[in-house]
Amino acid sequence: MAGLVYLLAFSGGFVIMALELMGGRLLAPYFGSDIYVWGSIITVFMLSLSLGYLIGGRLTLRPTSLFRLGLIFSAAAVLLYPLMLISEPTMEWIFGHIEDPRYGSLTACLFLFFIPTVILGMISPYCVRLLVDNTASAGAVAGRLYFVSTLGSALGTLLTSFYLVLWFEMNQVLLALAATLLFLGLLALLLGRGGSSVDSIELPLKPSAELA
Amino acid sequence: MYTQILHLGLLLSLLVSGTSVSAKVIHKERSLYQTILVNQEHKLLCLKFSVRREQRNQTCIDRSDPKRMVFAYTKMMMATLLFDDNPKRILIIGLGGGTLPLALNELYPQATIDVVEIDPAVVKVARSHFNFSPTDKVTTHTLDARVFTKRLNLTLTDESRYNLILLDAFNGEYIPEHLMTQEYFQETAALLAPGGIVAANTFAISKLYHHESVTFESVFGPLLNFTSAETGNRVMIASPSRTLDPTSDLVKQRAQQLALRLRPYDIQIEAFPEQLNTVRDWDTQAKLLTDKYNPANLLRRQKR
Repeated sequence: MAGLVYLLAFSGGFVIMALELMGGRLLAPYFGSDIYVWGSIITVFMLSLSLGYLIGGRLTLRPTSLFRLGLIFSAAAVLLYPLMLISEPTMEWIFGHIEDPRYGSLTACLFLFFIPTVILGMISPYCVRLLVDNTASAGAVAGRLYFVSTLGSALGTLLTSFYLVLWFEMNQVLLALAATLLFLGLLALLLGRGGSSVDSIELPLKPSAELA
Repeated sequence: MYTQILHLGLLLSLLVSGTSVSAKVIHKERSLYQTILVNQEHKLLCLKFSVRREQRNQTCIDRSDPKRMVFAYTKMMMATLLFDDNPKRILIIGLGGGTLPLALNELYPQATIDVVEIDPAVVKVARSHFNFSPTDKVTTHTLDARVFTKRLNLTLTDESRYNLILLDAFNGEYIPEHLMTQEYFQETAALLAPGGIVAANTFAISKLYHHESVTFESVFGPLLNFTSAETGNRVMIASPSRTLDPTSDLVKQRAQQLALRLRPYDIQIEAFPEQLNTVRDWDTQAKLLTDKYNPANLLRRQKR
């Protein structure tokens, strides 16, 4: 069970960075690949992740379970999929309405990546809550989770920029990312179903006292 | 052991003296995109990009003979004139030291020339060191070529189309990948007037050769392949709306007429028609480069 949560955190980190790099590719035909295009992408990803952390953390104040984490993953997969369908018309429209490529790329990023990245940001704090069973080890667990998910991000960045762009088309990569999220989400839903195996971690440990 | 050290010392001193004698840096400027160097090498004043040891010259001018084109690829780009010896509207992607717009402006003072260059520092250096200056006929647009092309497509009229488009945005080190895709070529083709010619300056020595050929042909039709064995340069020439026959009498006739006018630039255009190759010597099954698949810089590092 803990192993699966770490795998989920790792994959979440992987997908976030792979998606970010694909973002650069996606935007270049409309806005170039200038430093401000990367500025827009990084800004939107950081903003979305920060909000995702906040919302994911808030969610842990309610009863938590592997099943619910599976729901978050499935939601991310489902929200990532339309990117392939709407990106062209969205950027076409923005290109026609905003002349400055800085604000054009920023707007496009917000439309295309904001929602799926917020959902992806919710994963980390939620995983922390699932794995922490006493306050003494909370920091150690959080540290391990950051380690695993950031390692996933590093690998996602490397694999995507060195190899995936050479072997696959962009939509194939995006599809594979969404499929990975969906597969892991369904796995979590399946294993977390009924909740008996995750009872121990569903016990609230004075959440109101700690977070007040 | 001692002799080895001696040899090493000799080698080092040779290297040091070799570099210090041949080139003097006149101007150095770091821009958002690259490091720009202006070097003086004997009579040549050269523009270089990047900081790597084997920096490539982008443009050189011969101070004792400023019109002379020093590099093979700029001369090769002028082969397009064999198919239109009086272009009214010209678009050049990539300024460099401004050799091409300067020469075309001298040859065709009535022609409207638009130059697109992403790096404002390159425009500045071309003006300050390479005699490039915008006029009422020559306009510089400082922005990404893809953005320029896409935006122009939105407001395009018959009058604003180009008779000649020269794609010269690739330096030896790096290819802006979004300028080497089928979609970009399609947007560029839409800017061509009926009968308009397009030429792209690329390289002949990597795996990219196959992919760029297939991609270029898929949009612009059968291409004329102009390669230089000594320099590794390659220029692709095509027209989406007509067949370019380098063996036609008209082309030979134009070559004769242009020869004298192009002599000050040291362009032997009489010799060009027979060097324009129609043989498709690339892998026609190579994967198309598109906005969804374009690892151009990774392919460029692989052997052909």
